[in-house]
Amino acid sequence: MKLLQAGVLILFIVAIYPAFRWWSQNGPKAGEGDWGAALLALLGVAAFVMLLVWMVR
Amino acid sequence: MVDRNAATFRASPVAGVGLNKVLKNTYLLLSATLGFSAVTAMLSMAFAMPPSTYLFSVIGAMVLGMFVLPRLANSASGIGMIFLITGLLGFGLGSVLSMYLALPRGPEVIATALGGTGAIFLGLSGYALATRRDFSFLGGFLFAGFMVILLAALANIFLAMPALSLAVSAGIILVMSGFILFDTSRILNGGETNYIMATFGLYLSIFNIFISLLNILGITSDD
Repeated sequence: MKLLQAGVLILFIVAIYPAFRWWSQNGPKAGEGDWGAALLALLGVAAFVMLLVWMVR
Repeated sequence: MVDRNAATFRASPVAGVGLNKVLKNTYLLLSATLGFSAVTAMLSMAFAMPPSTYLFSVIGAMVLGMFVLPRLANSASGIGMIFLITGLLGFGLGSVLSMYLALPRGPEVIATALGGTGAIFLGLSGYALATRRDFSFLGGFLFAGFMVILLAALANIFLAMPALSLAVSAGIILVMSGFILFDTSRILNGGETNYIMATFGLYLSIFNIFISLLNILGITSDD
């Protein structure tokens, strides 16, 4: 079963690699304030998950 | 964890469909597929499917999502295919939920993960819609992050370290949250005009966030 799981993950990685390459080479560059806006949202998610963890402890 | 690559190499656009209509159709189809997944998850729990069902469901859904759905996404049969894929994922999820329900605080963990996933999705989608920023610059970063997480998950299959499992789940939540921003802004900015593929991308993000949140809350609760 472990080998099957590993095989599935390796397949995922192989399948994702072309998308990673395409977006790395052709993806648009961030404008002013774009990274800040994205990080703000992701920090909000991280804080919310910590709140949920605290709730179930 | 489900591969979302198939949702990224999108099918060709459906001509003449307005952006608002794509967004509306995406949310409608997303609601319907999530509801259908809930039904198949309940069926799986009623039949007391073994935990291995999850792995086989994910493999089946991945194959259909990567190789079949992009070919059908511009036709009516694409709708049937996305229901088949999401139904399969729901069926696999049911076996995982059965395991959590057997824990003393399992129902609380499941309810918290479900509510948390809904709040994260609604919050991020609302944020992308309200700011109307183009988050497609995140593409390379998100795929690189996802590949690193997959490598860590691969290592943890053999290492079986709870701390690494927590880190992988936390990483998946952050990367999938980024994908929600990325996908929503692509729909808004016309980068994605096929609502079936848009639904598939958002569904996978929600599914992965829910599974990871279940893992984190399951490990950190006193069970």
